[in-house]
Amino acid sequence: MIDGLTIAMPKGRIFHEAVELLRNAGYLLPPEFEESRKLIIDIEEAKLRFILAKPMDVPTYVEHGVADIGIAGKDVMLEEERDVYEILDLKISECRLAVAGIPGAKIQGVAPKVASKYPNVAANYFREQGEQVEIIKLNGSIELAPLVGLADRIVDIVSTGRTLKENGLAELEQIATVTSRLIANPVSYRTKDELIDGMAERLAKVIEEA
Amino acid sequence: MTKPFGFEKPVGMRDTLPELYESKGRLRDQIEGKMKQWGYRFVETPALEYYDTVGTATSIGERKLFKLLDQEGKTLVLRPDMTAPIARMVASGLKKKTFPLRLAYDASVFRAQQREGGHPAEFEQVGVELIGEHSIHADAEVIALLARILNGTGLQNFQVAVGHIGFVTELFNEILDEEEAEALRRLLHDKNYVGFRRFVEDEELSKAARSRLLALLDLRGGREKIEEAAGLIEDQKGKQMLAELIMLFEILDDYGVSSHIKVDFTLVSHMSYYTGIVFEGFNGKIGFPLASGGRYDELLGKFNREAPATGFAVFFDRLLEAIGPLDDEEDSCCIVYSDQWRKEAFDLAREKRADGVSVVLQALTGLKHVDQFTDSFQEVIYYTDKETLS
Repeated sequence: MIDGLTIAMPKGRIFHEAVELLRNAGYLLPPEFEESRKLIIDIEEAKLRFILAKPMDVPTYVEHGVADIGIAGKDVMLEEERDVYEILDLKISECRLAVAGIPGAKIQGVAPKVASKYPNVAANYFREQGEQVEIIKLNGSIELAPLVGLADRIVDIVSTGRTLKENGLAELEQIATVTSRLIANPVSYRTKDELIDGMAERLAKVIEEA
Repeated sequence: MTKPFGFEKPVGMRDTLPELYESKGRLRDQIEGKMKQWGYRFVETPALEYYDTVGTATSIGERKLFKLLDQEGKTLVLRPDMTAPIARMVASGLKKKTFPLRLAYDASVFRAQQREGGHPAEFEQVGVELIGEHSIHADAEVIALLARILNGTGLQNFQVAVGHIGFVTELFNEILDEEEAEALRRLLHDKNYVGFRRFVEDEELSKAARSRLLALLDLRGGREKIEEAAGLIEDQKGKQMLAELIMLFEILDDYGVSSHIKVDFTLVSHMSYYTGIVFEGFNGKIGFPLASGGRYDELLGKFNREAPATGFAVFFDRLLEAIGPLDDEEDSCCIVYSDQWRKEAFDLAREKRADGVSVVLQALTGLKHVDQFTDSFQEVIYYTDKETLS
């Protein structure tokens, strides 16, 4: 596949929207594309290879050059700080990175604890606020942490806010707005410039029309 | 903290086994040979330097430096690149030498890895520095040398992308104030084009200024992009830089290497001491640059000998990986001898070695598994009695 493009796709939440966007941009992805359990899917006619990765890992595949380009959320880009080009805002899977906690709850003075799936983002944010906190890394169901007393606050992505509400939590501060981005490996961005620019242009057109 | 197991090495440190060592040796000879043919003379500098000299002059981030203390409590660093130590050397030991100086090096540099494997913390760089030459001819010479070196390795489809940091700075300064220019440079440097576009759209700028800044992101491709760049800048200094770039390509035509060269104004290296033309070499096979370089006219001043300079470093291990295994195996021979034929065996070995064959002399009594041992040699000669063999 040295002539074509290898694209790292995030499994899960963003996947369907990303596939739809690619289809709208004229890429003929087969109907079984979304049902398949394969991790590597080749589309010979279009000279595209898709690799399906955990969303948090997409920038890693791209940085190491095993994927030329990828689709990754801004949340992941902020957390991972990989050496990749962020070439296009796809404006899908919109949400925000936010600090949340139990409304009105008192925060421990000595060493406030913050639970997050995004330890770097959380640490950077509180450092910028001039606040020293202790970060606890969790891998999911972050909302649980303040409820059971593991942490005072959490840093997580919020889209509708429903999960927070149903668990009696409130959004306290917003850190950043998040959408998905088209990212590229620095070498591929130069050696496969025509292919990548071509795809970025087609996607940009669809995004603008939407 | 658990104690490391016996086989463990610090993060990012690697061993070189014989096969790899030999491949590296062949490639190294090739590259060094070319540099010497172009009149570059090799130098060495110490692995340890003072933090206050080389450590602060280098543009490798503080977090990536390996630091230690000497007996007097002074902070030392393991050299994170070779350009800064050579600048120190040129301003001290080579102070009396007339410019331009053409120097070359082959050395390990050290950069700590916090994150994970996949990036070595000690790696070999082979490079050149052309010091005391301000003209575009110097830039062209080192770019041409890099192209010739990459070409000589048989590397397929390599490219050298050439940009100009000075031009980018001029363009930003023409349109933006200092603070804005710095913010935009940071976004370009971070490869955050989404942020770059948003910043430009959010600034209070004329439509024309906005489109000039955005056009920068498309300035990569053939040399026609230099003319496109000329449409973006009004300032004489900027125009002069572009005229130099055109000249650069004309010189590279005469060197016969311009088919490998591309224009790329978005190329801004992570090395902050670069001031003018910058370049990177790569091929499609691996996702990291194989070589990088550029002009650094202000670094020597930090060591009190102002001088313009340019140069590049080849990331040796990446280049080796991109080329793939070099499998021109050398002749190998093993002579297995028993005591009564010892002298005959030694004589034969001496003869063969004189012919350039590498010969292993192995006493039979020292071998437990004769066949397994001799399997890896192309030629095996026995100077033994039949009885002892069986």
